Amino acid sequence: MSSAATVGDLVSQPYKYGFVTDIETEKIAKGLSEDVVRLISAKKEEPAFLLDFRLRAYRQWLRMTEPDWATLGYPAIDYQDIIYYAAPKQQQKKASLDEVDPKLLETFEKLGIPLSEQKRLSNVAVDAVFDSVSIATTYKEKLAEHGVIFSSISEAVKEHAELVERYLGTVVPSGDNFFAALNSAVFSDGSFVFIPKGVECPMELSTYFRINSGDTGQFERTLIVAEEGASVSYLEGCTAPMFDTNQLHAAVVELVVLDDASIKYSTVQNWYAGDENGVGGIYNFVTKRGQCRGERSKISWTQVETGSAITWKYPSCVLQGADSVGEFYSVALTNHRQQADTGTKMIHVGPRTRSTIVSKGISAGHSVNSYRGLVQIGPKAVGARNYSQCDSMLIGDQAGANTYPYIRCQQPEASVEHEASTCRISADQLFYLQSRGIGFEEAVSMMVSGFCRDVFNQLPMEFAAEADKLLALKLEGSVG
Amino acid sequence: MIRPDAPILLEIQGLHASVDEQPILNGVNLTIRAGEIHAVMGRNGSGKSTLSKVLAGHPAYTVTAGSVRYQDVNLLELEPEQRARIGLFLGFQYPVEIPGVSNLEFLRVATNARRQERGDDELDTFAFEDLVRERLNVVQMDPAFLERSVNQGFSGGEKKRNEILQMALLEPLVAILDETDSGLDIDALRIVASGVNQLAGPHTATLLITHYQRLLDLITPDFVHVMAAGRILRSGGKELALELERTGYDWVDAELARQPVEVP
Ligand SMILES: Nc1ncnc2c1ncn2[C@@H]1O[C@H](COP(=O)(O)OP(=O)(O)O)[C@@H](O)[C@H]1O
Ligand SMILES: [Mg+2]
Repeated sequence: MSSAATVGDLVSQPYKYGFVTDIETEKIAKGLSEDVVRLISAKKEEPAFLLDFRLRAYRQWLRMTEPDWATLGYPAIDYQDIIYYAAPKQQQKKASLDEVDPKLLETFEKLGIPLSEQKRLSNVAVDAVFDSVSIATTYKEKLAEHGVIFSSISEAVKEHAELVERYLGTVVPSGDNFFAALNSAVFSDGSFVFIPKGVECPMELSTYFRINSGDTGQFERTLIVAEEGASVSYLEGCTAPMFDTNQLHAAVVELVVLDDASIKYSTVQNWYAGDENGVGGIYNFVTKRGQCRGERSKISWTQVETGSAITWKYPSCVLQGADSVGEFYSVALTNHRQQADTGTKMIHVGPRTRSTIVSKGISAGHSVNSYRGLVQIGPKAVGARNYSQCDSMLIGDQAGANTYPYIRCQQPEASVEHEASTCRISADQLFYLQSRGIGFEEAVSMMVSGFCRDVFNQLPMEFAAEADKLLALKLEGSVG
Repeated sequence: MIRPDAPILLEIQGLHASVDEQPILNGVNLTIRAGEIHAVMGRNGSGKSTLSKVLAGHPAYTVTAGSVRYQDVNLLELEPEQRARIGLFLGFQYPVEIPGVSNLEFLRVATNARRQERGDDELDTFAFEDLVRERLNVVQMDPAFLERSVNQGFSGGEKKRNEILQMALLEPLVAILDETDSGLDIDALRIVASGVNQLAGPHTATLLITHYQRLLDLITPDFVHVMAAGRILRSGGKELALELERTGYDWVDAELARQPVEVP
C-alpha cells in the first residue's frame, strides 16, 4: 500500500462519504466571545502563551471585517450561530489505538483509512482528525526513532511546547486576515510535524480531516517545520457528511523550511459540495502559507479541490532564502452551484528565487471557478523568475471561469511569464472518442485527466491514477 | 467483390434524420454485403456526412423514421461506443483535435475496447507498442505521431492517415470513410488507398464517401451511389463515377423534381 491508498478509496464512488457517525459529542454552547476562547483554551489545558495568542487573535478579529473581494456569493455567515468546540466524548487521547472508541475506528475504516495495528497502511503515517479533534496518530514511535515528530497539535503543545511556541503564528500571524484571526482564536486541533536537521522523513505523512457535526465550525491548525536539509511529503484528505445546512471550515496551515530543506504538501479536498441546487455543503475559507526561510529551500503545494460549496484558498510561498523555490500545482473542479476562488501568492524576497504556478480550473454545471494569483518580486530579488500557467476548461455553457493574475515587480532583472488558456469539452470531441469504442464517462475522464496531467504528475504516485476518476465522478451527468 | 449470396452486413431502409427539427436525410436505402466496396458521391450539402454520422450514432441527429440493421442487430439502438466495438468504423471528414490526450494511449484504449468485444485479450503497453508499430507501416506514419496529443497540430493529411491507422488497429467489419481523400496530395492519396485496399477483404465492406474519381482509380468500387437532398438518387457500377466526372451533377435537380421525397 502507499500514500495513495489513504485517499485512494476516497475517490472510488460518487459522494459516499455523506454518512453521519452517531457518537456522543461534547459541545459547548453556540456563539463566540472572549469567554468562549478562554473556555477552549482551558479545556485543552493550554500554557499561557497559547491563551495569549488566542486572545490577541480574537481581539484583532473583532476589529476586522470579512473579505469581500473574491468572486463568491453567499448569504452572510452568522458567527454567533456556530459551535466553536465539539469533541467526541472520549476523555483523553488513548495510549493505544485499541482503546479508541470503535465507532471512530469504524468511521475511518469506512472512509478507507484503517487505523488499527493490523490493518493500517504500511508506509503512511496517519493523523485522524474527527470534528477538529485528533483521535489517533499512527507510527508515532517509528517516526520518533528518526527524530520526526508527528502528532496532533494539542499533544505537541503539551509535549513540545517550546517548538510550537517558536513557530506558531510566525508564518500566518494571528491578525493576518479575518479567517486566519478567527482560526487563531478558536482552533481546536490539527497536525504538527517536525523534521529535524538532515532527516528525510522515512514515510509519507497524512492527515485525514473528517467533519461530522452539522452545526459545528471546523478550525484546524497545521504546522510543519523542516530543519536544515530535512524533507517530508505530507498529504491531506477531507470529507464531510451531507447536511442541508452549510458548515464553516476555516483552517490555517503554516510551513517553515530552513536551508536546503523541502516540504511537499498535497491536498485532496473532497468536502461535501452541496446538492445540484446548491443546498448544503462546506464553506471552506483556508489560509495556507509556507516560508522558505533557508537558502535553497523548497515548498511545493499540490492541490486537487473538488468539494466544498465555497472555496476561498490561496496556498502561498514566501521565498526569503536565496535560491529558494516555490511551486503551486492546482486542479480545482466545480460543478452544479459550487464556487471556487483559489490560486496562490508567490512572494519573491531573496535573490534568484524561483516559482512555478500551474493552475487548472474545470467548471461544469452552473458553477463559477476563479483563479486568483499574485506574483510579487521585491527589490532584493535579483534574478528572480516566475512562470505561471492558468488553464480553464468549461463543460456545458452555463459555467463560468475567471482568471485574475496580479503581478507586482520591483526588480527590473526579474523574469515573470504568464500564460493562460480556456477550452471547452465539445460534443464532437466526445463523439470522436466514443466512435472509437470508448465509453462516454471514460471519454470525459480521458479529456479531463489529459487537461490535468501536469498537476496529477505532482501527486504521490498511486493517487494520481485515482485523481482522474474522482474528477470524472464529480462530473457525472454534467456533459452533453 | 460482388457475391450475391454474401451475408448482408449493413441494411439501411427508409432512413430519415433531422437536426433541430430540420430534416436532412430523407429516406436513404442502401444494402451492403460482405466483400463489397461502395462509393457515395454527391454535391456538398447533399447529406453524405450526415449519413455517416447517423450510422455512427452522433447525438446531434435524431432518426425520425427508417431502420438500420448491422449484421443481425438494430444498429440505431446502440450507443456510439458499442457500434464501434462491434466493428463499425467511421473515418471522419474533419477529425477533431483532442489536446492533452495522448494519441498512443487513445489508440490503445480504443483497440482494447474492440478486442474485448471480440473476446481477445487486452494488450498491455508493450504488446500494443508492437502492434501499433506494425500497423504504422500500413500508413507509413512516423512513430513520433504516437507521442503527440490526438490529432493536435496534425496537418490535414496527417489527420487522415491517423484515421486509417485507427482503422488498421480496429479491424472493422464495415468501414465508412468520409472524404478521406480530400486535401491529400497524390503521394498521401496513394498511401491511404493502399491502406484501404490492404484492409479490405471478403468478410468486410467499405463505404467510401468522395467527390473525386482519382480515389476511385485507386480503389475500385463495386457500386456507386449519388446522393442528393438527403437520399440516394441513383446507383450504378463503377462506370457511374466516370460518367459523373464527365457530366457533373447538373442533371440532379431535374431528377429530384421527378422523384418526390417519400414522406415517412
Ligand atoms: N449539426 C448540424 N446542424 C445543422 N445543420 C447541419 C448539421 N449537420 C448537417 N447539417 C446540414 O445538413 C446538410 C447536409 O450536410 P452534410 O451531411 O455535411 O453534407 P455533405 O457531407 O454531403 O456535404 C447541409 O445543409 C448542412 O448544413
Ligand atoms: Mg461531408
